[in-house]
Amino acid sequence: MTDIRMKIDGKEVRAAEGMTVLEAARSAGVSIPTLCHHEQLAPFGGCRLCIVEVEADDRKNIIASCVSQAEDGLVINTKSDKIDRIRKNILELLLAHAPDSPQLRELAEDYGADKSKFEQEASFCIHCGLCVRYCAEVKQENAVGFIDRGIRKEISFLPEIASKVCNDCKECFPLCPTSYLQAAFVLVESLAFPRGKATRA
Amino acid sequence: MKVMTRIKLEELRQRIVSERNPDTPCITVCAGTGCLASGARDVVAAFDHEIEAQGLEVELGFRSTGCHGFCEKGPIVIIDPEEICYLQVTPEDVPEVIAKTVKEKEVIERLLYVDQNTGEKAVHESDIPFYKHQERMVFGANRRIDPKSFEDYLAIGGYQALTKVLFEMTPDEVVSEVKDANLRGRGGGGFPAGVKWEIARNAPGETKYVVVNCDEGDPGAYMDRSLMEGNPYGVLEGLTIGAYAIGAHEGYVYIRQEYPLALENLMAAIEDAEKRGLLGTDILGSGFDFRVRVHRGAGAFVCGEETALLISLEGEVGEPKPRPPYPAVKGLWGKPTTINNVETWANVPLIINGGAAAYAAIGTEGSKGTKIFSLVGKIANTGLVEVPMGISLRDVIYKIGGGIPDGKKFKAVQTGGPSGGCIPEERLDLKVDFDELTKAGSMMGSGGMIVMDEETCMVDVARYFIDFLTDESCGKCVPCREGLRQMHRILTKITEGRGEEGDIEILEELAETAREASLCALGKTAPNPFLSTFRYFREEYEAHIKEKKCPALSCRRLVSYYIEPEKCKACLICLKECPAGAIDGAKKTVHIIDQEKCDSCGICFEVCPSRFEAVKRISGEPVPPPIPQEQRAVIRKSTQQ
Repeated sequence: MTDIRMKIDGKEVRAAEGMTVLEAARSAGVSIPTLCHHEQLAPFGGCRLCIVEVEADDRKNIIASCVSQAEDGLVINTKSDKIDRIRKNILELLLAHAPDSPQLRELAEDYGADKSKFEQEASFCIHCGLCVRYCAEVKQENAVGFIDRGIRKEISFLPEIASKVCNDCKECFPLCPTSYLQAAFVLVESLAFPRGKATRA
Repeated sequence: MKVMTRIKLEELRQRIVSERNPDTPCITVCAGTGCLASGARDVVAAFDHEIEAQGLEVELGFRSTGCHGFCEKGPIVIIDPEEICYLQVTPEDVPEVIAKTVKEKEVIERLLYVDQNTGEKAVHESDIPFYKHQERMVFGANRRIDPKSFEDYLAIGGYQALTKVLFEMTPDEVVSEVKDANLRGRGGGGFPAGVKWEIARNAPGETKYVVVNCDEGDPGAYMDRSLMEGNPYGVLEGLTIGAYAIGAHEGYVYIRQEYPLALENLMAAIEDAEKRGLLGTDILGSGFDFRVRVHRGAGAFVCGEETALLISLEGEVGEPKPRPPYPAVKGLWGKPTTINNVETWANVPLIINGGAAAYAAIGTEGSKGTKIFSLVGKIANTGLVEVPMGISLRDVIYKIGGGIPDGKKFKAVQTGGPSGGCIPEERLDLKVDFDELTKAGSMMGSGGMIVMDEETCMVDVARYFIDFLTDESCGKCVPCREGLRQMHRILTKITEGRGEEGDIEILEELAETAREASLCALGKTAPNPFLSTFRYFREEYEAHIKEKKCPALSCRRLVSYYIEPEKCKACLICLKECPAGAIDGAKKTVHIIDQEKCDSCGICFEVCPSRFEAVKRISGEPVPPPIPQEQRAVIRKSTQQ
């Protein structure tokens, strides 16, 4: 196995072939905030909180560390005024959806994000996709999926599958940073397979 | 009827050319999408009928073609060999065209182009200023071929480039030729096509793919559509050359479902090329195999982004993937894939035929060849134009486009599609190429050019494009999905007069977040409509926010309508037309708009006869109080001094 040497926040870091920048940083004890990342799931690159700066020539490029491969010789800064400013902005955008999510509030404190900067949105889903991807990749059930696109995009359980598998699983519930998932589930359950009916079917 | 070898193909070409007498009169009707919309189908039917009725099938050639570009004046009819060009032809004109022009060689004056400024008429297509200043290397073929006629394409030299490539060049030589020509991607990014090809060629793996991106989605842009509709063989020839160069044996065309004619002509061309042995196994006896399949896109703008397109092609939801890996290394089904847009592929045969040096002689240092633009908006000559790289924006807008209609003043031109930018008057001498447009805060994009006049509000323009992008964002990443949602909200607020101190700062913050942290090019460039209008028209933003004034008098919520008592002739027109019932008045009584009831729809302004011009638009200042009842009598003599 070839060894990769990188510099993260001035610190020499060794990484293994195939690791992402995020994994390399975390293995070296450098913390990078994430919301949509999960060790069991393929990198998604949706929340963009894990952005870092790569020094290349005399420029600094911003990349999402969760979807970028660790490469020999990379020089990475996980913090800078610009990175912090963008992370704060991303958090503020998400806080408009889920102002009371404990995970978001903790990050908001770290970055000084104002939870009422933007008008409160009706849905508190932040589209991290953890539930959708966990169900697809780990459970391979696809009981919950994304529907529509852009600002109309939302998660939705598929009653046909959910009625059969969800009540015995619910492994995605603790993954949800905002508890919107539970609400979506209760909704589909009450509409499509009220309690009791699913097991009889 | 399979054309098995290059020799047979060449013989067929010679035969077709020799059978065609260049002096035989030939009528060409433009039946591109623009002309079809102005009634070309009926014109074609009228010609068919007339030709049959008079038994002229042998002595008169007739052809309906793809788009000629001058959509403003369609349907267009050209009579060769004299190249007489008639505009806005109706079915009723057809018998006269045949009787007079074809038979008697007499020009019908009323169908000719008339210059709006000089009143001069132009008989030939090439005399019309719209065409005169263009260089129609790629697009020009449209006018000379029936898109469904292989013979037509062969007659203008079609498939010569492919023959040359297959029998006289190695794949590496083809790649070098395209690299030397410095052909840059016409779809938006401007990445050198030859470099893309080289990476895909050198990427490990047996299976490779070539893909045509025909998912053109910019509002008002229809270059790729018209190329595909008008010259599908040309695109296929370019694609086949690319496949040979990178070592692909399978190609895909990703085409919008909304382009039915392009799809129809493409399918016909593929089927025909397969029958003739120009697609399939052992093309022209060279041993090279290549097949093309067509995939219809369902109309998501983001699928024009290459990674989203490829995922959509695989059958998944069209959402972009992070790059690297680039498609050239790991594309369709994980295999090296060369994806270029329609116009890029259509340039390839030209480069092979004329050589890289000749191609690179046109254009600027960093951008070679020509570019097709769709010139739309507040411009006299709407249409598709093909110009050499390096032409000034001013020449495109004034010499070719004929300037701004109705005596209005030019304000800005928006280039590069929704995520492009607006370029103001003072930058009109800018040389159009990839780098200069980017420097000016806009971009080449796929070639949209929307011209705006003084009555266009730049804040509203930003709002419009951000609205489009909000709708078309795939929703995967936060900076784009949520950032655009908020940008749209703030811009809407400003155009409705509810802008506040601090809004600009928030917009700038959101723009930075989207530009720096979005996943794909759509998100990264999405703030451009705001950034470029703010850069050049900052004072308009400030007027909206601070003075609640729309300087262009366009934002409905910021404009009031007022009837000037001394100009009102009490004609009752506006009073009858007002849908809000907000106008009070009677015969010989000056009309007054009740500002409480007025909904600012502007109908009164539109309908007030131009000889009166009594209705005034007011923004950012109070509307004068209504005149007292006793002064409302209209005494015609006194008001006419």
